[in-house]
Amino acid sequence: MGRDKNTLLRKFHQARWDEEIILEMSVPGERGILVPRAEEGIRAEIGEGVSVLGNLRRKVPPALPEVNQMRINRHYMRLSQETLGTDVNIDISQGTCTMKYSPKFQEHLAARHPGMTEIHPLQDEDTIQGILEMYYKLEQFLKEISGMDYFCFQPGGGAHGVFTNVSIVRAYHKSRGDKERTEAITTMFSHPCDAATPRTAGYKVVTLMPDENGYPDLQAMKAALSERTAGIFITNPEDTGIYNPRIDEYVKAAHDVGALCSYDQANANGMLGIARAIEAGFDLCQFNIHKTFSAPHGCMGPAMGAHGVKAELAKFLPVPRVEFDGKRYYLDYNRPESIGRVRSFYGNAPIVMRAYAWIMQHGAEGLREVAECSVLNNNYIEKKIREVPGVVVRYAKGKRRLEQVRYSWEKLKEDTGVGTEDVMRRMGDFGLQHYWTSHHPWVVPEPFTLEPCESYSKDDIDEYVAVIRQISKEAYEDPEFVKNSPYNLPVHKVLAPSIDETERIAVTWRQYKKKKGVK
Amino acid sequence: MRRERSLSSRFIDFISGRYQINNEIGGKVMDENKIVYPYIPNSVPEIKAQMLKEVEASEIMDLYIEIPEHLKYKRKLNIPEPISDEYSIRRHIESLLNKNKNCSEYLNFMGASCAQHFVPAVCDEINGRGEFLTAYVGESYADHGKWQALFEYGSLMGELLDMDILSCPLYDGTQAAATSLRMACRCTGRKEVLLPKSINQEVLMVVRNYLQGPTKPQVDIQMIDFDTKTGLLDIKDLKKKISSKTASVFIENPGYLGCIETQAEEIGKITHKNGAEFIVYTDPISLGMIAPPSQYGATFACGDFHPLGIHMQCGGGQGGFIATHDDMKYIAEFKDLMFGLTETLEEGEYGFGEVLFDRTSYGSREKGKEFTGTSTGLWAITVAVYLSLMGPKGMVEIGQTIMQKAQYAARQISKIEGVNLLFNTPFFKEFVINFSMAGKSVRKINKALLEYKIFGGKDISDEFPQFGQSALYCVTEIVTKEDIDKLVNALREINK
Repeated sequence: MGRDKNTLLRKFHQARWDEEIILEMSVPGERGILVPRAEEGIRAEIGEGVSVLGNLRRKVPPALPEVNQMRINRHYMRLSQETLGTDVNIDISQGTCTMKYSPKFQEHLAARHPGMTEIHPLQDEDTIQGILEMYYKLEQFLKEISGMDYFCFQPGGGAHGVFTNVSIVRAYHKSRGDKERTEAITTMFSHPCDAATPRTAGYKVVTLMPDENGYPDLQAMKAALSERTAGIFITNPEDTGIYNPRIDEYVKAAHDVGALCSYDQANANGMLGIARAIEAGFDLCQFNIHKTFSAPHGCMGPAMGAHGVKAELAKFLPVPRVEFDGKRYYLDYNRPESIGRVRSFYGNAPIVMRAYAWIMQHGAEGLREVAECSVLNNNYIEKKIREVPGVVVRYAKGKRRLEQVRYSWEKLKEDTGVGTEDVMRRMGDFGLQHYWTSHHPWVVPEPFTLEPCESYSKDDIDEYVAVIRQISKEAYEDPEFVKNSPYNLPVHKVLAPSIDETERIAVTWRQYKKKKGVK
Repeated sequence: MRRERSLSSRFIDFISGRYQINNEIGGKVMDENKIVYPYIPNSVPEIKAQMLKEVEASEIMDLYIEIPEHLKYKRKLNIPEPISDEYSIRRHIESLLNKNKNCSEYLNFMGASCAQHFVPAVCDEINGRGEFLTAYVGESYADHGKWQALFEYGSLMGELLDMDILSCPLYDGTQAAATSLRMACRCTGRKEVLLPKSINQEVLMVVRNYLQGPTKPQVDIQMIDFDTKTGLLDIKDLKKKISSKTASVFIENPGYLGCIETQAEEIGKITHKNGAEFIVYTDPISLGMIAPPSQYGATFACGDFHPLGIHMQCGGGQGGFIATHDDMKYIAEFKDLMFGLTETLEEGEYGFGEVLFDRTSYGSREKGKEFTGTSTGLWAITVAVYLSLMGPKGMVEIGQTIMQKAQYAARQISKIEGVNLLFNTPFFKEFVINFSMAGKSVRKINKALLEYKIFGGKDISDEFPQFGQSALYCVTEIVTKEDIDKLVNALREINK
């Protein structure tokens, strides 16, 4: 059979295993694994070894399930089959965060080579020269890609990278004795972390709303800027995919009051080799290595937010720094003005390896090809999606958007009562991941955000659009059908997916049992 | 610039994935000598041309019209020529990885928040599944399995910790410590925390930065002395420093220096008497044998779950957890996503929903609790697999094995002349060995141990100068008696 040649739709049904919770599977006495025991010689010398614990000895073993190994393996295999990762679907749906293809050989090395898996981060530097070399060289590559002078790979995710940049901004002003700077500025279409990380660092946050063209309001920003402003934390293009062509004016206005400018480039797919943070005047920037440089997302991590700074901010970077003396790579801990640390050791080494491999495999021309194809793919899908009945696109009429677009089902909702969350659920029935709507608040009503990046073929995009078109058609013909979806997925529609009432909260099995009175 | 090229070089280009086309689009000559990238399907020139036509652009740079010329980067990025084919790039990366010495070929006695433990094959099998490896923030329907696995992570950790509430995981133990401290401040409305001076310095550095503010610290940190003979908290100093301003008392148990805090229950009582929260940073693999923090008065348990089925990966296997009791006072203060078990349209079917989404910065931007983001989901799923495999008996047994082996190692090492076990307090898997009397620096000893293919314990002489030349040794279930004896012989020879 295969996909219908005319409609491009598939007859998809995801695995539906109806698996119990693992804690329901316990068969008293079963074992999942046997563990090493102390040898006779040790027992003879030490005895049972645990009486030293006295009162601190655990009296009742933890109530973990007792399950044989095959059943455990089967359980988690089944759960994996009930998960639609990028490996098994056309994952254009995760707009603002679409994951590109992560080459398999990278995974095979990251997960299987003992030169990565069995390395202790505190090993003597001479025994981890290969890892340190990749850190050092990746830093040189990202410096070139962004124009920044230094990079650090310690943060464990994108938001963490932005937080680290906020920490550096804070240290910078402090070092100058500038104690009045207590405010940070971001924009509504920048990622929520650009608002939340300065707040976590103790700043009052001012959020600029978009003007009628979708740009952050420059006048509002100038009004908000003052000698109290520590920094601005923004993306460009923003979540809408609209590039702000006057970005350097915003940066200059911030600099004029003594603030620093931090560029959240979590997703730089459309920009590689095209435009850099430095030319726009930024002082700091950040890349999500797991988005732009091919590390997989792993159900939300492990990940990395690589952040870059200009030379005058280098002294504040976290320790240790990976350095090279011309012969040997080493870790430098002796940096008295450093903000200290944001994570243990020096970050996720396997992710450094993947990014290093990916850039080495593409070179300058390949990176540019990535940017060009991701923007081309986006323009292509935008054209097709705009033609789908019920879709509207706000802002920037007639302008080209870069790597993503925030669309709206506002019209569909008016016409049929079917909203974006209904369409989102129905997506899965065709074997596509539920798309990303938008961060909150929904400035664009009934939003959905698509980003095809460079990994998807024209044919993939055509299939994706065919599904969107089909759901629109269904909404106009039989709105209830879409509203009650999904049908072909591991589970049916959840009636009340926002759980805010105390009596409904069950985040662990033991809490669930208590609430339900289950024994 | 076009140049004449020989047939043979064109053939090489052809078989290596480059090929020439001469396609007139909009009066311009299209890409020539173009590589087709296996990971960029639309780099095929004909397809690219067709798509450009569809989007009414004559060339690719038309799509970048919104970027002003002065902000464009006009040069070619100065990065090395690519190693394009998979075989060669793999070989290149392998050659770099092969430069490293690893803890399979060497005996490793370093821990310090990244201990080497046994990793069951099923853990690797499951976290290597492409579905999990490449999933992201999908909804509970098509990603139902991910949601269930993460719910099970919290549920199994809840049993291990004897606590009811966990969120999705955090970056690592340091972040879990830092966020626990801030949660406790929000719960109590107080802004001062007490930490032990024996704390892991990495944790302390992360905490200091995390509690800092633009003009002054958002939360004040007071350090409590510890008894340098026992490694345990100085209760007198705690009593002196705790007050109605104290939001929380934070201890590590087992401590960074290995010692088991036998006064934990008393510390908890003092803490609660002052209306503060009691936060215990713990090693989850110890909890089959050692009582979990909740059983001696902790209101927060936190730590790093890397020992539970995850390879060290040079520090890439870290992951943080925070657990509390079932009380809205605590639940409302978690900063990360929480997945709740609920009903679907189908009678009896398990579905999942977001719990108190507005807590998070995804829901409420700067009004959320701290900030949330991608952390360590794949490792949390791995922890679920690990704890399922281990079951109650596995956790009890592994705790005992570790304690026996660690005690044996400590006893054998301290038999060497001039080499002493620093504290005579019970310990779990780590202990401090003092080499001051041996007359050699830990640095030198560890260098010498490399000749024996041994990574000696972490040198803590700079972190804790009061202990002279000291190293933090870690012994786990994977170390055999023979390994320990080999270490002891090597140390004996080095210290001759």
